Amino acid sequence: MKRKDQPTVAGAVTVTKIDRRTFLRVTGVAGGGLMLGVTVGCSPEESAKVRSADVAAEPIELNAYVQISADGIFIQSPNPEIGQGVDTALPMIVAEELDAAWSDVTVVQAETHPRFDRQMSGGSRSIPSRWLPLRQAGAAARHMLVAAAALQWEVDPAECETRDSMVIHAPSNRSLSYMELANSAAVQPLPELDGLKLKDRSEFRLLGKRVGGAKNHTLVTGGALFGIDHRMPDLLYATYVKCPAVGGRVKAANLEAVKALPGVVDAFVQDEIKPPPGGFLTVPLAAGVAIVAEDTWSAFRARRVLDVEWDEADAAKDSWSAARAQAQELSAGAGNEAVADKGDVEGAFDNADKTLKSFYEYAFVSHAQMEPQNSTAWMRDGKLEIWSPTQAPQFGADSVANLLDMDVADITVHALRSGGGFGRRAINDPMVEVAAIARRLNRPVKLTWTREDDMAHDYYRAGGFHSLEGALDGDGKLVGWRNHLISFTHDGTNPVIGGNIDANIDPGPFVPNLNLTQTLLPWQTPCGPWRAPRSNVVAFAHQCFLHELSHAAGRDHLEFMLELMGEPQWLEEGNSWSLHTGRAAGVIRLAAEKAGWGKTLPEGHALGLAFYFSHAGHIAEAAEVSVSDDRTVHVHRVTAAVDVGPIVNLSGAENQVQGSVIDGFSTMLGQQVTFENGRALETNFDTYPLLRIPRAPDVDVHFIQSDFPPTGLGEPALPPLAPAVGNAIFAATGERVRRMPIAKAGYS
Amino acid sequence: MIEFELNGEAVRTDDDPNTPLLWVIRDTFKLKGSKYGCGAGLCGACTMHVDGVASRTCTLPVAAVANRRVTTIEGLGTPQDLHPLQAAWHEHSVPQCGYCQSGQIMSAAALLASNPTPSEAEIDAAMSGNICRCGCYPRIKKAIQSVGDTSLAYNAAAGREVNS
Repeated sequence: MKRKDQPTVAGAVTVTKIDRRTFLRVTGVAGGGLMLGVTVGCSPEESAKVRSADVAAEPIELNAYVQISADGIFIQSPNPEIGQGVDTALPMIVAEELDAAWSDVTVVQAETHPRFDRQMSGGSRSIPSRWLPLRQAGAAARHMLVAAAALQWEVDPAECETRDSMVIHAPSNRSLSYMELANSAAVQPLPELDGLKLKDRSEFRLLGKRVGGAKNHTLVTGGALFGIDHRMPDLLYATYVKCPAVGGRVKAANLEAVKALPGVVDAFVQDEIKPPPGGFLTVPLAAGVAIVAEDTWSAFRARRVLDVEWDEADAAKDSWSAARAQAQELSAGAGNEAVADKGDVEGAFDNADKTLKSFYEYAFVSHAQMEPQNSTAWMRDGKLEIWSPTQAPQFGADSVANLLDMDVADITVHALRSGGGFGRRAINDPMVEVAAIARRLNRPVKLTWTREDDMAHDYYRAGGFHSLEGALDGDGKLVGWRNHLISFTHDGTNPVIGGNIDANIDPGPFVPNLNLTQTLLPWQTPCGPWRAPRSNVVAFAHQCFLHELSHAAGRDHLEFMLELMGEPQWLEEGNSWSLHTGRAAGVIRLAAEKAGWGKTLPEGHALGLAFYFSHAGHIAEAAEVSVSDDRTVHVHRVTAAVDVGPIVNLSGAENQVQGSVIDGFSTMLGQQVTFENGRALETNFDTYPLLRIPRAPDVDVHFIQSDFPPTGLGEPALPPLAPAVGNAIFAATGERVRRMPIAKAGYS
Repeated sequence: MIEFELNGEAVRTDDDPNTPLLWVIRDTFKLKGSKYGCGAGLCGACTMHVDGVASRTCTLPVAAVANRRVTTIEGLGTPQDLHPLQAAWHEHSVPQCGYCQSGQIMSAAALLASNPTPSEAEIDAAMSGNICRCGCYPRIKKAIQSVGDTSLAYNAAAGREVNS
């Protein structure tokens, strides 16, 4: 059986051998971004001459996403693969409308090219942003294959149907495979995209099924897929040593001693370069010492000899203990900046039957993606070629061009598979570093960070603090809500990524009287997007505090949550990124029901429930937990109810939800990066523990498949986990945990 | 000069004897299936078999494997004839990012070689040195159990694409 990841097709994207009459016409579609790369300018009579006998030996292009040869169908996967499964899900969308048999499909990781529009994996946006254009790409290719067959048979295309990579003309009992039709299809006129009929969900044959990952075979046999695995002749290997506190510069370094070490080719100081202001996801180049060697270990080993004297005049002095102390002091009052105000908050609290006040906090965390940061670069004749495990190749090229004063057209970035992303690889600092190193060399060079580099130089998820107050009326209804967020700022004005709140995040829309304020503390160490930015922490504070309120009101938490959602309504009709209370209630009910809410559980077990809407996903999770006498938290089972519209790949979707739940527990349990004097104190997995298999809960996943447009699943299943576990700990023990990681609150 | 057996072939290297085996395999022998994750024996991404024993090779000097048998993921099965665990990983579509999976499979293969039908507790114990940051643990467990439990059929040769 044919593999989906045959190495021989790596160059398929560039193969467009049709004939000399071919010309390039780029067709853009407003909002959709589909570009059908190639079409031809010949008459139907001429195209009829291209018969099915001329089976294409090499992939022939029907459009940017679909190429067909005698060997099968090649579908381009446009977005970087970071473990979220888009290299399977996106081609499945094309294959569905194409009516390709999945066993005929070979997935090709697309090169970085404008015809694939913005190739970024982030924000759980791959599925929603690609949904329409990929369906159109599949349907357009199908249309051309049908046209080619109908022309050959001299029948009306409307009499033809398609199935399993075949065009079938039932009245005459004839059929031709797509592989036989590719040549003649490629010279058919491009259809008008708006006129293509797309399938109803009931007609799906492939979408919603369980399909294995497209690169599974390569992965389980140890194939070289990842950025760190990149091989090429004459490759050099580099390590880059930066000041442990961000912003430090090199005052002196014993370069000569390092250069004399075995295997070392060069060692040099690279100065800091700051980006011009305003770039999105563009990064500075940190100062450091580059050691270039003939192999990775020679470079790593040389660090033991390297002695750098740092100039820390402008380096970070960030202190977590000082920030905590300050936040605890500030929490007594309101923030120094207003964020939102609605109704009569003073009145609501004055007239309340009950009020409650709680302080929640969470630490800085690292991404700790399994593949340490790395990139390879080769500078030749003023042109730079880069191979990088990146979530955002185009932003990376922009960053490099900005910092090194190059024309972005002279930079080619190959986005290789990433060993985990979680937002870390949306920031392209390793790409910038390797580019700066490659400028000094006449051979290609791969930069590999050590794990310690990775943990010391992350763009961290910011820690933060919430001083929350709630008011309940005599019926136990939530009538007032105050939140003073204490977060951080790099520039003195704007909150760090994920360090903000607004009136639209729940329960904001459902509370008549609301007051939000913030205080931003200065923080120099860079913060960045971390899986479900903001939601991954706010969900913990808000959803746990809502549970506190329902308990104070003496009410069933499930009933309290459903009452808050109220009647079904879409807060902003037609906007997937807006909460729909009916979908919310649907998943809350389903999670509760499947978890056995209100039923008898094994001795010592208790359930905690939480809902969160983020990244367009409506997700509720129920955690079944017991806590031993030594305060070890056992999460036995998590029941997740998920509404992200129709599911593309059931296997991949389930894997994402299970993984998000485990990631959520892993992070809330023991992960913290502690900063003192601008330095991260945790250095590796001994002090920064990731969950291991014995602690992993069973995760039951239930999807509510609806006709709402499909949305992504890389992120939204994570935020509800922490509050579900926090609420379950309370249900099991009567103790409320208001701090993440919970290890810092005495749990293990 | 250090000589050892790598995936059934006699090999030799003049790398510094203190070089961790992982880097000899990755950079000298250019086999990229074994991964660098932590450099401290904490995550298991670098797991290989040394004389059949699952070993963390990011901290194991190459001198320690002189005249011994080293098996990497590339030598466990072949692309045409997968090891039953590789087929099971395929069957259950275990990977997300996939970076740790070579190490996971190597640890699981060493377990099954000595204990063909491990209990859940035995799987936990044998696999606790391997971190999966993506959280594929439920499927890792299922895949191992499916091989241990011969009543669950799998098709090792075909390495089916549409599965799980």
